[in-house]
Amino acid sequence: MKKFFANQWLVMLVFSAVILTMPIWLSPIGAGYPDLLQKFMIFGIFAIGFNILFGLTGYLSFGHAAFLGVGSYAAVWSFKLLTMNVLPAIIFAIIVAGLFSVVIGYISLRRSGIYFSILTLAFAQMSYNLAYSVLTPVTNGETGLQLERADPRIIDSLFVEPTEGLPLTNFFSLSLSGYEGFYFCAAFLIIGFFISLRIFRSPFGLKLRAIKSNQTRMQYTGFSTKPYLLSAFVISGMYAGLAGGLMAATDPLAGAERMQWTASGEVVLMTILGGVGTLIGPLLGVGIIKYFENIFSAINENVLMAAYSGLPEGLQHFLVTVSSPFVGEGWHLTLGLMFMLVVIFLPGGIMEGFDRIKRLLMKPFSRNKDAVESAEEGH
Amino acid sequence: MKLKLTQSRRDFMKTSSGIALAGAAPMFFMKNAWAEKDFVNNPGDGKSVTLGFNVPQTGAYADEGADELRAYKLAVKHLNGEGDGGMMNTFKPSSLKGNGVLGKKVEYVTGDTQTKSDAARSSAKRMVEKDGALMITGGSSSGVAVAVQAYCQEAGVLFMAGLTHSNDTTGKDKRRYGFRHFFNTEMSGAALGPVLEKEMGKDRVAYHLTADYNWGWSQEGSIKKYSEELGWKTQAAVRTPLGAGDFSQYITPVLNSGADVLVLNHYGKDMVNSLTQAVQFGLRDKQANGKDFQIVVPLFSRLMAQGAGENIKGIYGTTNWNWSLEDEGSAAFVKSFGAEYGFPPSQAAHTCYVQTLLYANACEMAGTFYPPEVIKALEGFEFDGMGNGATEYRAEDHQCFKDVLVVQGNDNPSSQFDLLKVVQEVPRAQVEYPADMLGGELGPYEKS
Repeated sequence: MKKFFANQWLVMLVFSAVILTMPIWLSPIGAGYPDLLQKFMIFGIFAIGFNILFGLTGYLSFGHAAFLGVGSYAAVWSFKLLTMNVLPAIIFAIIVAGLFSVVIGYISLRRSGIYFSILTLAFAQMSYNLAYSVLTPVTNGETGLQLERADPRIIDSLFVEPTEGLPLTNFFSLSLSGYEGFYFCAAFLIIGFFISLRIFRSPFGLKLRAIKSNQTRMQYTGFSTKPYLLSAFVISGMYAGLAGGLMAATDPLAGAERMQWTASGEVVLMTILGGVGTLIGPLLGVGIIKYFENIFSAINENVLMAAYSGLPEGLQHFLVTVSSPFVGEGWHLTLGLMFMLVVIFLPGGIMEGFDRIKRLLMKPFSRNKDAVESAEEGH
Repeated sequence: MKLKLTQSRRDFMKTSSGIALAGAAPMFFMKNAWAEKDFVNNPGDGKSVTLGFNVPQTGAYADEGADELRAYKLAVKHLNGEGDGGMMNTFKPSSLKGNGVLGKKVEYVTGDTQTKSDAARSSAKRMVEKDGALMITGGSSSGVAVAVQAYCQEAGVLFMAGLTHSNDTTGKDKRRYGFRHFFNTEMSGAALGPVLEKEMGKDRVAYHLTADYNWGWSQEGSIKKYSEELGWKTQAAVRTPLGAGDFSQYITPVLNSGADVLVLNHYGKDMVNSLTQAVQFGLRDKQANGKDFQIVVPLFSRLMAQGAGENIKGIYGTTNWNWSLEDEGSAAFVKSFGAEYGFPPSQAAHTCYVQTLLYANACEMAGTFYPPEVIKALEGFEFDGMGNGATEYRAEDHQCFKDVLVVQGNDNPSSQFDLLKVVQEVPRAQVEYPADMLGGELGPYEKS
C-alpha cells in the first residue's frame, strides 16, 4: 500500500482515471451532468489550493473567497476587453488573484492563529462590500458583471465576425459548455493536484509542516518563516484565482456574492469535512457539499412520494413527512448534522474514516507494523 | 520505504506525458446529448414534458418563492385537467385542452435560486442538463431574472420570468428566449405619478432608500423621473444592502434632511423591516416643511402588507394584481387557489400561474415545443381573462402591457388578507412607452 502511494506516477494515473470517468460513475446517483461536474472540478481546485495553506501551515484563512471573486472579475474583464478565448482570461485571473493575495497575505501574516483568520475575514468582507457598492463601475454591483454584445473585445474583433447573439467562451474553437467544459476544468484539476502533490512531498512542504508543528522552534533553528508562509498563501490564492477564472470560463458571469464570507466558510467546511492536510480529503469534501447543494436541495415531496411508492400508503405518508424537513430547502440541516457527526467522531475528516476502515481490514491479515500504519497522507 | 521528497527531471517528463495521455482520454467519453435532436430537451415521442420551477426557497424573498411554487403546482394540475381549471376557463383566446400540453402530461422539477445569480443559474443548468426541463420559470429578483434569462438564451430554453420588476429584464438585458408578464418600474412610476400629485401635491421633497441592486436602481430611477416631472425635488437617494434586516441607521437621518416624503424602494422582507422601523421611529406622525410626512412604497404586495401589519395603513404603491379584483379571471383563480391552500394568492403567485398557462398555450398554438416557433406564438399575443383585462405580449421587447393597479394600505381591513385597497386601475395607454426607450437587443431566434 505504502509503496503504491509513494509512486506519484501511479497515483496520478489512478487519480486522472477516476476524475475523467466521473460522468460515467456519477450518473447513477444523479450527479453526472455537466454543470455539477464542472462545479466539482472548480471547487476541487479551490479546496486543494486552500489545503496547501491550511493543511500544511495550519493558518486558517477565512477570506479565501475574495481571491476566487477577484479571479472571476479578472476573467470576465478579459472576455469583455480582449477575447472570448479562455486562455488569456485564466492567466489573467491567476495573476490578478496572485497579486491581490500578496497584498492581503503580507498584511495578514503579521499575525497568526485567530487574529490571522479575523484579518483575512475582514479583508474578504471588505472586498465583498467594495464590489457591492463603491466598485460598481468595475463589478456591476449585485447584478454581477456580464458580457454584452457591445463590448470591445479587441483581439476578437480583429479576427472574427461578431455573431448575432452574445459570443460564447471558447478554447481555440473548442466550446466550453457542457462536457467539454468539464474536461477542460478536469485537466486543470489534475495539473493542480499534481502540483499540490509535489508541494506536499517537497522540502518546501516539509518546511510548511514544520511551521504548523512549532513555528518558534523553527525560527530558533535559523529559518525565517515569513517568506515560506507568504509563498504558501500566494500559491493558494493563485489556486483560488484559477478556480474563479474557470468559473467565469464555463459561465461568463461574475457576482459579488462569490466573495461573501459564507463562500469563504464553505471552502473551510469542505476541507475539514474531507480531511485537513490530506491530498484527497478536500476533494471529497467538495463532492459532498456540492452534491448536497445541487441534488439534495432539489428533492421535493413529489420525488419523495415516488421514492417510497412501494410502501403502504400510511407508511409512505409518514416517511415523506419525516424526511421532507431534511431535503429540499432543508438541505442545510442535513449537511449540518453530517458535519457535526464527522467533526465529533472523525476529527480528521472522512479520510480518517477511510484510514480506520483500512486498519480494521488490514489487521487480521498481517501483523506487520508497516502495513498497519496509515498511508503517509493520512495525518 | 523511504519517501522521495525531490523530483528529477526525468520523473517530471514521465509524469507530464502521463498527464498528456490522460488529457486525450476525454475524446472517448465525450457525449453529445443533443446531437440527433433538433432542439434542447426535445420530448420527442415521450409521454410527458418537464418544466423547471426555479424559485427562492431561502433568503429575503422566500415568502414570495413559496407562493410562486404553490401557483406553479396549481397551474400544472389545471393543465393536466385536474382540479377546477381556474383561469383556464376564463382565458381567451385559449388553445388549451386540459390534457397536458400537446397531449403530453406536464411534470415539473423545482430548485432554489437562493436569490443569488450564481445559485440560480446553477439550479437552472441542473434543470436543463439533468432533468430535461423544456422551460424555466420563476424567481423573485431582477438580478436573478437577468442572469437566468441570459443563460436560457445560451442554452436555447425558454425563460418565463416570475416576479421581476426592473426595467432591465425587458429593457437593456432583454433576450429572445425571455418573457415577462409582470409589470416594471417604468410603468409603476407612470401610474403612481398622477396619484401622488393628487394626494400630496406638486411641492414635495423626496428621500429615497433603495435596495442596492438592479431592481432598486431601476425603481429609484423611475420614481425620480416621474416625481421630478411633477415638480418634486429629490433630497437624497441612499442605497441599502439587500437583506439588511436593520434599517435604523438609514432611517434616522431622514427626519432632519429637509425631506417630507420617504420613498422605500424595497421589496420582500426588506420592505417589511424598513417600513416597520420607519413607522416606529414616528415618521408618519411628524410634520416637515409644514406638511404631513408621507411614506411611499412603489412596489407593493399583499405578502409584504401581511408582514408589515398595521404599518401599511394609508400608504400608496402599485401592484401587478391583487386578489380583491372582481373580474372573472381573478375570481376563478382566487377561488381555485383558495380551495387548494386555504388563503388567497399573492401577485407573485398570479404572475407565475399566468406565465405557465401562457407558455403551454403558446406551445399548443405553435403545435410544437420547438422554441423559435413557441417564441413566435408568444410575440404579439393578445389575450384576456387572466385577471389584468386585455393584455398584449409586445413583440419588440417581450413585455406584457396591461392596466396597472395603484393601491393603498387598507384602513379598515375586513379580513387578515384584505390589506390593500385598489385606488385606481391605471389604463394601459397611460403606462405604455416606446419599445426602444429602454434599449437592449433580443438576439437571435435560433440557439447560437
